[in-house]
Amino acid sequence: MQFIQGRFRSRILHVLVLMVAMFAFLGAGDQDARFKDLGHRMMCTCGCGQILLECNHVGCTASDRMRGELIAALDRGDNDDLTLQSFVQKYGPTVIAAPSTTGFGRVAWIMPFLALALGIILTVYLVRAWKNKPAPALAGGIPTPHGTELDHFREQARRETDL
Amino acid sequence: MPQIGSFALLLALAMSFYSFFAGGLALARPGAGSERLGETARRAGIATFGAVLLASVILVIAAFQNDYTIAYLLQHSNNDLPAPYKFAVLWSGQEGSLLFWSLLLAAYGLVLRLRYKTDARLFAYASVVIAAVQLFFLLLLNFAAHPFAMVTGNIPPDGNGLNPLLQYPEMVIHPPMLYLGYVGFTIPFAFALGALVMKYPGEKWIHITRRWTMVTWMFLTCGIFLGAHWAYSVLGWGGYWGWDPVENASLMPWLTGTAFLHSVMMQEKRGMLKIWNMWLVFATFWLAILGTFLTRSGIISSVHAFAQSTIGDWFLWFLCLSLAIFVYFFVKNKSHLKSEHKLESLISRESSFVFNNLLFVLACFTVLWGTWFPKISELFQGSKVTVGAPFYNNVAVPVALLLLLLTAVGPLLAWRRTSVESLKRNFLWPALGALAVGVLMVIFGVRPWTDIAYLYALMAAMLGVLVMLTVISEFVRGGRVISEKTGQNLFASMVHLWHRNTRRYGGYVVHFGVAVVIMGILGTPFNRDVEKEMAFGDQMTIGPYTLVCQSYTQDDNPNYGNEWAILNVFRGGKQITTLYPERRVYKASNQPQTIPRIYPTVSEDFLLVKDLYVVYEGKNQDTGRPIIKAHLNPMVPWIWMGWLIMVFGTIVALVPNAVPVRVTAPARVEPATVGAGD
Repeated sequence: MQFIQGRFRSRILHVLVLMVAMFAFLGAGDQDARFKDLGHRMMCTCGCGQILLECNHVGCTASDRMRGELIAALDRGDNDDLTLQSFVQKYGPTVIAAPSTTGFGRVAWIMPFLALALGIILTVYLVRAWKNKPAPALAGGIPTPHGTELDHFREQARRETDL
Repeated sequence: MPQIGSFALLLALAMSFYSFFAGGLALARPGAGSERLGETARRAGIATFGAVLLASVILVIAAFQNDYTIAYLLQHSNNDLPAPYKFAVLWSGQEGSLLFWSLLLAAYGLVLRLRYKTDARLFAYASVVIAAVQLFFLLLLNFAAHPFAMVTGNIPPDGNGLNPLLQYPEMVIHPPMLYLGYVGFTIPFAFALGALVMKYPGEKWIHITRRWTMVTWMFLTCGIFLGAHWAYSVLGWGGYWGWDPVENASLMPWLTGTAFLHSVMMQEKRGMLKIWNMWLVFATFWLAILGTFLTRSGIISSVHAFAQSTIGDWFLWFLCLSLAIFVYFFVKNKSHLKSEHKLESLISRESSFVFNNLLFVLACFTVLWGTWFPKISELFQGSKVTVGAPFYNNVAVPVALLLLLLTAVGPLLAWRRTSVESLKRNFLWPALGALAVGVLMVIFGVRPWTDIAYLYALMAAMLGVLVMLTVISEFVRGGRVISEKTGQNLFASMVHLWHRNTRRYGGYVVHFGVAVVIMGILGTPFNRDVEKEMAFGDQMTIGPYTLVCQSYTQDDNPNYGNEWAILNVFRGGKQITTLYPERRVYKASNQPQTIPRIYPTVSEDFLLVKDLYVVYEGKNQDTGRPIIKAHLNPMVPWIWMGWLIMVFGTIVALVPNAVPVRVTAPARVEPATVGAGD
């Protein structure tokens, strides 16, 4: 029984490894997909402020040349990192459309998620604190509302339920 | 003419100064004569509108008369500019747009000052705040960015022309809408600051500003969507939102303004979040001014930005001063802003609003952070980095998805407390519907495990459907209750329900519209495009469509010369339409522009719509052959449809309730059904 369980576990492990490998290599050789992916990770340097593959203005002095360089890099067989690095060396760090995930660029990525985490913690804390705030004690027990006081409560109820 | 315009601006400055100074004095020293002094201040505020209107009219008339002695018109107009764009000249450049801003502020101020009898003292405070803001803009106009500055030397016979990108019908209405939104947030801020300064009792100021805020929010929403539609229809890159700093500048006050529209209900109904609301309304006003600072200072590079100038310093000072004044009065009078009630349950409408506000503010922070990070990076490591679409798509989308989840769940929660059972009961069918959509998407080929963009699209679709179904179920459930009471059919009961509480159900319609917009955006990962040099008879295939080049032709008018590509579009061997993508060259500025052609069509694989979007990019400089780029963008028409639904919902929410709400006998209130509140 233990043997069967061990084999079963081993099979599952094999399947998982295969799945991971399959997704890791999915489309690895697809030059067109890589061109589109890398072209969308870089900016056109003509000053239009657009993503390289989205810059389409007539007479652009940069995007055609840059696209040509990207195709050449892919034809040479350069990997993604090397290709991006060569563009950074030639055009400067602003050619990359998003901050890097290393060095100071990491701060850009971390900060929003850090703010989200802190915000959620703070909000949960506040909500719980409000909820646990003791209600003022009633010296003479719970009074029965009458007349205008009752009208006041009705008005409050109307406002809160709107029907 | 220019002299009259300059005089009108000086007069407006004097009037707004008087309105601010005399109004402030009347409020600070109440006593004999202060009422009359306050009245003169109010009238001076009204006169400011007259003077600014005169200056604006003069500038437009001068544009029609091609008066190039005015430097602003020389730079932004030309003889053959069509008449509607002569109006648009008013807001197409730095000085003119500041004048337009001032005009809108004066117009808002005019309405406020005419309605002063609602609450004379609170309106007097608000009027002084508006006069102070007006004073700043008029100082700018008179001393830093004068729209009537004269040309020295020879006067050219023709102007440089309006930026070609602005010569599009939507550009005549997009900036005014956006400005109505930006400027309009001054009004709730003015009331909030006024209420804070005078320690205004109760929530009346919230009631007074509610409609102002909603109208302003609607204008800003329209401005943002019109801008997106303009970008899609004119820029020719196949997208509608590029996360440009100037686009971000419009999004930030929209996010905090939306948060305020939600949290204000907490204050109205439960007397809670008073401090938060005060800060939120200030932040919205402040971010609108910050956006203007970004656009005009040149501190952050953007394709949308106005020319760099020194007026950035003026805005910086104004931002600092307004912050200091607000903080001073907040610290001085914050004891006045204590909550009246406590939270009773974690599963309640109140706590959902708190989380909703957290997410809106966080989304705003993310956009602000991304917009300023290039500057921060330069400050800390000496070199700028680019923060573009890939960053925002990865960081802002998760927050947007969380917000969408809250949009679905929020309406199902009752004020004070909701039982888990009722939540489950009301949530079950919408959740099953959303799950079914997710399963269908996977069956139809969406593979969320292959790309995070597909995962986001799948989640957005499911949550969007969840929002839609919860909204529909709220209408149906409420309609049933009315139907049981009155015997009307369900549809009539739903209309009745709607009339009884326009604000709540209008809000639900807005939520529905937001879900439709999200459904439109989620099509982005499935966009396809093809680019090809096409001569006569050449073909290009994209998805199920085949484009055949029939011909190229040229045309000419006094304003621009243009080339058209004539492309027949076939699907399944049958011609379905002919598209005419265009390329123009404007004569005055000698600048080219592409005008894409968009053909919305029903998708072949689902009951969804797609845009066939075709651009004539110009000619290959080496071969001389024309280049055509075609995009197939799924779901984009949903975005514009969702926007219209949002606007419709806001208009509904602005309509007063038709039937006064009366409770004559004790009634059982079902939590999270019709009694859930808005």
